[in-house]
Amino acid sequence: MDISTKLLTMLLAILLFVAIVGLMLFIAGWTERRSASFVGYVFLFPSILMVSVGLLYPAVRTIFQSFFDAAGKAFVGLDNYHTIFTSPDDLLVLRNTVLWVVVTPFVATAIGLLYAILVDGARGEAFAKALIFLPMAISMVAASIIWKFVYEFRPDQAGVKQIGLLNQVVVWLGGSPQQWIVNSPWNTFFLIVVMIWIQAGFAMTILSAAIKAIPDDIIEAARLDGVTAIGMFRFVTLPSIRPSLIVVLTTIGIGTLKVFDIVRTMTGGNFNTNVVANEFYTQSFRASNQGLGSALAVLLFVLVMPIVVYNIRQLRASEAR
Amino acid sequence: MSSKRSSRTLAAVSGGLGLALALAACSSGTSGGTTAATGGTTAASGECAAFAAYGDLTGKKVDVYTGIVTPEDQPYMDSYKPFEDCTHAKVNYVGDKAFETQILVRAKAGNPPDIAIVPQPGLLAQLVATGAAKAAPKAVADNVDKFWGADWKSYGSVGGKFYAAPSGASVKSLVWYSPKEFTDNGYKVPTTLDEMMALTQKIAATGKKPWCAGIGSGEATGWPITDWMEEMILRLSGPEVYDQWVTHKIAFNSAAPTAALDAVGAYLKNDKFVNGGLGDVKSIATTTFQDGGLPILDGTCSLHQMASFYASNFPKGTKVAQDGDVFAFYEPGVKASDHPVEGGGEFNLAFSDRPEVQAFQTYLSTDLWANTKAKISSTATGGGWISANKGLDVANLTNPIDKLSATILQDPKTIFRFDGSDQMPAAIGSDAFWKQATAWITGQSTKDTVDKIEAAWPKS
Repeated sequence: MDISTKLLTMLLAILLFVAIVGLMLFIAGWTERRSASFVGYVFLFPSILMVSVGLLYPAVRTIFQSFFDAAGKAFVGLDNYHTIFTSPDDLLVLRNTVLWVVVTPFVATAIGLLYAILVDGARGEAFAKALIFLPMAISMVAASIIWKFVYEFRPDQAGVKQIGLLNQVVVWLGGSPQQWIVNSPWNTFFLIVVMIWIQAGFAMTILSAAIKAIPDDIIEAARLDGVTAIGMFRFVTLPSIRPSLIVVLTTIGIGTLKVFDIVRTMTGGNFNTNVVANEFYTQSFRASNQGLGSALAVLLFVLVMPIVVYNIRQLRASEAR
Repeated sequence: MSSKRSSRTLAAVSGGLGLALALAACSSGTSGGTTAATGGTTAASGECAAFAAYGDLTGKKVDVYTGIVTPEDQPYMDSYKPFEDCTHAKVNYVGDKAFETQILVRAKAGNPPDIAIVPQPGLLAQLVATGAAKAAPKAVADNVDKFWGADWKSYGSVGGKFYAAPSGASVKSLVWYSPKEFTDNGYKVPTTLDEMMALTQKIAATGKKPWCAGIGSGEATGWPITDWMEEMILRLSGPEVYDQWVTHKIAFNSAAPTAALDAVGAYLKNDKFVNGGLGDVKSIATTTFQDGGLPILDGTCSLHQMASFYASNFPKGTKVAQDGDVFAFYEPGVKASDHPVEGGGEFNLAFSDRPEVQAFQTYLSTDLWANTKAKISSTATGGGWISANKGLDVANLTNPIDKLSATILQDPKTIFRFDGSDQMPAAIGSDAFWKQATAWITGQSTKDTVDKIEAAWPKS
């Protein structure tokens, strides 16, 4: 493409944009005289259109494809789902996903909560919070690369120096270096650590805000009743921040179900660390097995659903209160 | 109200400008390069005598589309110059990193280039299946018969019909070593597989781990083992069985592939033989393939199997030569007279049968082009390009590894086979084979490995 065609494309794009905005303004002016609900529907229409094209259609299409073979041509019924629940490699994928979902949200939330309580009202609170919140600002891939260096292994032999932090610490303590991300099943936990490292800051921020929002009179009343520190936590803090706690747990839970970047960057799904999201990507785009890939995506969707529903119901319940 | 309106419109226009600028910036995705024909007065004599048969092609244009980008693209454009100068045709070279997906899109959409430089027989077959490709003219077929063997011609053919002449080539059957270590210790370059094992045991007896390897490669982790296995099956069972294995005429878990993987295991899964300077057997899985052979320079490893491109992987200042810091020898066959070679290469596939395209295609299949390209690459990028064209004069190559590779390819006894995993279906060649090979090196048994790959083979 030479300069003149590029300029022409640019000019066309500007004209098109002006035309669309003009049309929107025209509709806005035209609907000002109509009833409020009618205006509402007019403005709802683009969103519904985009949700249908960008979300509903692909979702339905994915479910449809999951009943077809690798090339997406022949109908195979539930074969793809059968494969997921019978092949040893896919069962391992399911086991790992369960491990991730069970461990990550609870540990990350527990760490975040503990930290929020400990630094609450302490000197240098802002700085302490910034420290644990910083990993949130790092992308998952960057965090994985950082931790890959932490776990890096060099053999235990003369003239070879450890370059991984963890193995160097082990060597200092008199141990021998380990292949942290190769030795199964512990390697999955070393990967989970990365997710916790990222998510604890998120949990801490939300929970800290919730703790600060507890009315002072409740706390004072509890103090007057002579409550212990543990009692305060058990009977005052925890019930007061329950809605926030659930939001944090479910949000991290959903994020964990979809975990992909960490596994793909650190092990590529090798060494028995594969999870559903990574296997779904591998099957769809590397092995060009559309059917199995779609089935895995549907499975992921089905697994996320209950958490989302629970989240919404809790939200409604707390709003009703 | 009206002033509110006009401010809204202003905002809209400025927003539109920003968007349009972003669009314009995006539209220059692929890098284009045009080598202009210098034209002028050139009689059909002297340097242009070889081009006389193509006639005068003034005003004609040929589009070349490829995945070869900077800095390797310039030697290609320069090697087209003589053709342009003598026939007055114009060759438009476009290199695009997304070539492998884009070429399929372009062929299916009815917008293919005139010539595509295709890096794999598998992709070639896919492109021919779109119906957009054109069979090669007789002149090209004759050149391929003359300058390449039947093995190369078959890789440029689909369903018995010949489509594309080979372009560049690479050799995988190489073992890297330190010439100095070999001279100091009186080791000899092995000429049979048994000798290679004997040498391995001899080095291991000194307490040194002879081999080093690394298979880490991001999501492609595991591929160097597929090369190892291909080399072994080609040597132990011969080219016919190799072809049957690649096309799944024999099962992946049948006797020959199983024996080949076990033969690889005799080297790579033996703690006494690996992983020199890098750890135990498992460390092969976590070492990147780029780092896999570097311990040869430290003296902690003696042997490393890797393709010819590995030469550029050694740090700057490393002398890669027969009398240098590191060099490679041909990985021998079972008998010294066997000469199987595994490798890769590109093919020039045409999507048009216009006379100027066929003329250019013919030029690319000549020994003249191969030598022109080799000379230009040697001076421009220090080598790194060879062709299996038997008319290629090894004297035109300056890089010792290029010379070695070209000599191996041109050996009359050579039986060439293309990288097998590249030709298998994606579910195997770019997923199960890599994944299971990685599991195998970290402890999975050979039987489980071949069984699982066989189970993953698409049924159709």
